[in-house]
Amino acid sequence: MKVLWFAWLRTRVGTAEETLTPPAEVRDVRTLLDWLKQRSPGHAEALKNLSVVRVAVNQTYVQPDHPVAAGDEVAIFPPVTGG
Amino acid sequence: MIRVQREDFDVGAELKALTAGRHEIGGAVTFVGLVRDMAGDSKIGAMTLEHYPGMTEKQLAEIEAEAKKRWPLSASLIVHRYGRLEPGEQIVLVITASAHREAAFEACHFLIDWLKTKAPFWKLEDTDQGAQWVAAEARDDKAAERWTKP
Repeated sequence: MKVLWFAWLRTRVGTAEETLTPPAEVRDVRTLLDWLKQRSPGHAEALKNLSVVRVAVNQTYVQPDHPVAAGDEVAIFPPVTGG
Repeated sequence: MIRVQREDFDVGAELKALTAGRHEIGGAVTFVGLVRDMAGDSKIGAMTLEHYPGMTEKQLAEIEAEAKKRWPLSASLIVHRYGRLEPGEQIVLVITASAHREAAFEACHFLIDWLKTKAPFWKLEDTDQGAQWVAAEARDDKAAERWTKP
């Protein structure tokens, strides 16, 4: 699974991209985020307040109950500020 | 049509190219977003726009397709820049063209409102208090909500 980090989430985590193999109990976005929080203090800090975290799976916005699988591209980022 | 690019754009040339030979078009509306020199009380030296290549194009194409479903547009164009931009520079261009002005005005307004809340771009501002990521604004969500169908 490819996990991408953007904007200030990227600076807190310290990397833009990770290739990960989550354990079997990670089935959806919610359990993935819980698992990611344990990877480092930076991850925990980035994912402290989930109300300012958005997730896209395979480049489509999803909700916390959306399933995730091995080959997915999961992007994690703050609310967007373009335009 | 959508384009995501580092380079600046020429509004006149884009408008001309989009409407060339399309004599069914009765009106075109153009929106240009510019970099302001102030953010709240902080003076901005420059900003850097980060985006998510791939998803950005996909989101913009979906937003444009939604506008075409809702209004009878003859042509439309979204150009969004990324990278380092200074105050006064152009960030985004939206052009909508239709046989009549109402559709063009409404679709243009819709596109910029939706783009601001859905397209994966993030602004990092160089202010006199250091570099700061711009926070999303509730008023942008409100503006976009107006276009949500009941």
